Amino acid sequence: MSALRPGVAELDLPLFAANTGSRLAAWLAACIAITLLLTAASLLIGTSSLETSLGWLLNPDAQSSVILWQIRLPRTVGAWFAGALLGLAGAIAQGVFRNPLAEPYLLGSASGAALGVTLSLLAADASLGGLAWAGKLGVTGAACIGACAAIALTIMLSRGVLATASLLLAGIVVAFLLSAVTSLLLLSKPDVWRAMQAFLLGNTGFLSWSSVGLLGVVFIVCLLPAVLLSRGLDALSLGEDTAQSLGLSLPVLRLTLLGVLSLATATTVGQVGIVGFVGLVAPHLVRETVSVNHRQLLIGAPLCGGALLQAADLVSRWIIHPAELPVGAVTATVGGVYLVVLLWRRNRHE
Amino acid sequence: MTILDARANAIRAAALRAAALLALAWATAAQANVVRDDLGRDVRFDHPPLRVIALLPSITETVCALDACDRLVATDRYSNWPPQVKALPKAGGLDDAEIELIVSLKPDLVLLSRSQRITDRLGDLGIKTFALNSDRYSDIAHNIRVIGEILGLDERARGLSESIAADVQSIAAGAHRAHSGRAPSVYFEVDTAPYAAGPASFIGELLTRLGAHNIVSSDLGAFPKLNPEYVVQHNPDVIFVSGTEAGHLAARPGWATIRAVREQRFCSFSAEVDDTIVRPGPRVADGMRALADCLERVSP
Repeated sequence: MSALRPGVAELDLPLFAANTGSRLAAWLAACIAITLLLTAASLLIGTSSLETSLGWLLNPDAQSSVILWQIRLPRTVGAWFAGALLGLAGAIAQGVFRNPLAEPYLLGSASGAALGVTLSLLAADASLGGLAWAGKLGVTGAACIGACAAIALTIMLSRGVLATASLLLAGIVVAFLLSAVTSLLLLSKPDVWRAMQAFLLGNTGFLSWSSVGLLGVVFIVCLLPAVLLSRGLDALSLGEDTAQSLGLSLPVLRLTLLGVLSLATATTVGQVGIVGFVGLVAPHLVRETVSVNHRQLLIGAPLCGGALLQAADLVSRWIIHPAELPVGAVTATVGGVYLVVLLWRRNRHE
Repeated sequence: MTILDARANAIRAAALRAAALLALAWATAAQANVVRDDLGRDVRFDHPPLRVIALLPSITETVCALDACDRLVATDRYSNWPPQVKALPKAGGLDDAEIELIVSLKPDLVLLSRSQRITDRLGDLGIKTFALNSDRYSDIAHNIRVIGEILGLDERARGLSESIAADVQSIAAGAHRAHSGRAPSVYFEVDTAPYAAGPASFIGELLTRLGAHNIVSSDLGAFPKLNPEYVVQHNPDVIFVSGTEAGHLAARPGWATIRAVREQRFCSFSAEVDDTIVRPGPRVADGMRALADCLERVSP
């Protein structure tokens, strides 16, 4: 995996700072411009033709304004926030674990969310007495609680957050274990397979203004402590001993950042299901384009992740409209291809 | 009785036995039945099978509707009708059939759906399989005829098919009368992704027969994953949705403006009734009646 550059901090070197700063500014501006462009495009792309959508924009009636302002706009804004949270969570994961392949779901949150959703679907389907609570939660609540429970289980298994290797291992174990339970449950009730599949492949279709509100608040709540602790991540990238010798309290740093990571991932999973690759690719895209320290990365990765998921959402609803592709399938395809190209280019350079 | 007489008797008896054997062989040959299955294979039946395993609920139901339930020695785990099949051994699901159990039951025929991987495996083990499609309305009559032919119950099959067709026709005619000219537009949600049942699906075919207008166009396929705004845009009169989900529809962005949601025009069915709606089998008239009753009750 040496082909991928780890999250190396470029500690403030005045010689390069100005150059990097302007490149970064240009890059961030480009991200914002793309986001604005995609947001505008999202008003025109849906189940109707471009001309019809344009007509709706110019002469809205009751129904078309519902579609434009209650469905399309919150969907695309919500997709941005979800992508931003994934980008942020990915950048944090790669920094905390000092591993360029770390991604938001590595503590078992995705499998936990899937199990939660399965329980809720089974309960809704069969009105099982003992599971009635899971049915009432709905998919969103069940996913969020499942994700949190899985992360808690991972941290318990690794006896805290200090040992990177055992945390990663515990995450893998928990993910496998919970997936196995999910599969066994699904076997007993094949009717919920399709709904489950829809969740596993991500779904931006039902994002409303209230989801946008929730995602927005969580984004700010996650971004602030992450940026405040970015210096710690820079120090951590030089090694745990160095970080400690610089006077950092590793337990506090890691616990806070993993808390942020968990909150961001669980909220996103609850709202849009499991969307792969955005959290992994967004930080890489930032580092590929500009050399950054962690503060810049923690701002750049969300901007990039947001635009990525927005674009994937547009593709998913446009390519076979009025039907749509699962958004996670789009991100996985694009993200997978990107990583292959990245690996190939690196191998050639070395 | 002389020795000669005895010999003549013996010869006569032997000749008679030979003639009887020949006649039996001829009769068997005349009965040997070659039937083409939905994989395009010609399957030969020297005598009607007496130990049958059905690996699809609609096929189990068809066998039983032909009064041949007593020939079943096992079913798949989802077959639950008629009630007596619940007591039979369960040989797994559609794609994870229990080969060992099937072999140990020594069936002389396994009826299964076309997509099943186990057809080859069972064939290798010397077990006769017969594959049937069971996704469309037209598969019902076809499967009744073919299974009747294999089981030697042609007459019964013909009667069953005719009575189902008559029931379906009368329910459809009643439904058309009920909404006299103004076809209600309907959206059938298979699950919350949202996947819809299009006109090309079995459920969609039933709705079309009832004169309902499906908001999903047929070019989208049997069960398309819709962009939710499609449903808002097409504003259906009636929504078929699970009972638990019906209460949540108004919370989906923009859906509170849909007529069916505004006026609470929902159709939800119990799991038992659902089985008759989603299985292309001999209980299709029951399923259609459930759909028609609800449409009549809630249509504007």
